[in-house]
Amino acid sequence: MSDLPNSDQLLHIDNLNVEFPSVHGPVQAVRNVSFSMGREKIAIVGESGSGKSQTGRAILGLSPGNVTADKLVFDGTDLQTLSMRDYREIRGKRISMVMQDPKYSLNPVMKVGKQMIEACQVQMKISKKDAHTRCMDMLEAVRIRDPKRVFNAYPHEVSGGMGQRIMIAMMLLSSPDLLIADEPTSALDVTVQLQVLAIMDDLVKERGMGLILISHDLPLVASFCDRILVMYAGRIVEEIGASELDQAKHPYTRGLLSCLPSNASKGQPLATLQRQESWLNSSLDAEGNLV
Amino acid sequence: MTSMQTAENADIAIDIDNLSIHFGSGEDLVKAVDQVSFKIPAKQSFGLVGESGSGKSTILRALAGLNTHCGGQMLLAGEALQNERSKAFYKKVQMVFQDPYASLHPRHTIDKILAEPLAIHGLDNAERRISEVMEQVALPTKFRFRYPHQLSGGQRQRVAIARALILEPKILLLDEPTSALDVSIQAEILNLLNRLRDELSLTYLLVSHDLGVVSYMCEQIAVMQHGKLVELLEVDEHGESHAQHPYTVQLNLASKGYDREVIGQFIDHD
Repeated sequence: MSDLPNSDQLLHIDNLNVEFPSVHGPVQAVRNVSFSMGREKIAIVGESGSGKSQTGRAILGLSPGNVTADKLVFDGTDLQTLSMRDYREIRGKRISMVMQDPKYSLNPVMKVGKQMIEACQVQMKISKKDAHTRCMDMLEAVRIRDPKRVFNAYPHEVSGGMGQRIMIAMMLLSSPDLLIADEPTSALDVTVQLQVLAIMDDLVKERGMGLILISHDLPLVASFCDRILVMYAGRIVEEIGASELDQAKHPYTRGLLSCLPSNASKGQPLATLQRQESWLNSSLDAEGNLV
Repeated sequence: MTSMQTAENADIAIDIDNLSIHFGSGEDLVKAVDQVSFKIPAKQSFGLVGESGSGKSTILRALAGLNTHCGGQMLLAGEALQNERSKAFYKKVQMVFQDPYASLHPRHTIDKILAEPLAIHGLDNAERRISEVMEQVALPTKFRFRYPHQLSGGQRQRVAIARALILEPKILLLDEPTSALDVSIQAEILNLLNRLRDELSLTYLLVSHDLGVVSYMCEQIAVMQHGKLVELLEVDEHGESHAQHPYTVQLNLASKGYDREVIGQFIDHD
């Protein structure tokens, strides 16, 4: 029994905790989260405050809270023992993150192209000319029809969908092994949302990336990802294959599905979620009972 | 003949006739709303859907008097609206905004927020009205002297609805009332809106980008694209609407979830 994870394992997390100090004692944002993933698409789903974004940030070493874990291993590297300098070698280069809102994540006073070239040069140490070609290629890869115009535009001159594509293009410059996308499409219209997901989907397939999609939209991720981790109050309460979502056992997962208006019959009141105290600390056993 | 016409008009709460709203001029002219017409019968829910920039919120804001319009007219119960709105108008028509984090005064208690419309309209019995309206929207009385930041998003949206209802309006303009909320909270707010509509015989004009929400809530749906109304749909009792227009069909497909094959065939409608 070796401590080394097997080769197809990209990320292995064991017992991750994130804690924030407060006047009322520490607040546990993430509690005992464990999962491992290969080069696949997994989703972390939960409501606001469930700890899903904090989990993503902890992986990148960007959490302002107190992060502890028994294991936090990325592709054979123990992330917890890394120095700040070594972490920077991984962050952005091998693990990238796409944030929710392009409006707040792009520099508003810098042209898109200049930002991208800067990212390119910092991460890959290549010449400006090569960086330029690479940026254009990436903008084309995310299906921006007129990359030249976008390259020379300021962030406020492009639409939300376009902005999010630029963000994705930027994150993909260094061909990362793992992409963490934190609600990458919730600010977008439905059709654009799907088009952006399709771009990420194709990239995962072509380049063999791993993708962690953080979202609150359960039906959407069920149709998009391979596996779903459902988080409630900082813990993973259920892990389920996307195609088996209709057989979800945890009352929280089932509750989330039943309160959707598209699953309800017109004229009947929607089912509402009755949160149980017991969900905070109990887990599902093999038979699907809460213990 | 005139008596028949008035009888007909009496059942129409809102009549939007050939409405156009333009911003800017010359080369920068934006036709935010372009010759849109529809009628909303009293006590119905009418949904406006479309992607961002399609003009759906602009129509709502124009109705509320927050935008001036430049073509066509808007009739409220048969009476044409002028660009200046009277106090009596706001007694009849109230609006609930998208973001409950931004639409409540951060330094007013819930009590003060709810008392303000009463003071503006010179209504008495503030004490009784406030406790009644809080009961209507199922807000426990302990919240009455709290500040908005001490409430969750769903509770804040209940306050926003209570503030609109306290004047006993006939028409509620709802601008994406649940899109800032989690789905479980969305269900509670939608149930609340449906219950209030039955109890108080309200007419709703609901703007949303979520076809699921609108199909569940409304009897009629208008689909907007680039300021134009592209399709007017009746929703049957199963929540189905049988769209014909390619844009609506695509919107329908998109709300069904991710399917790589289908997305490859999406057309950019711009």
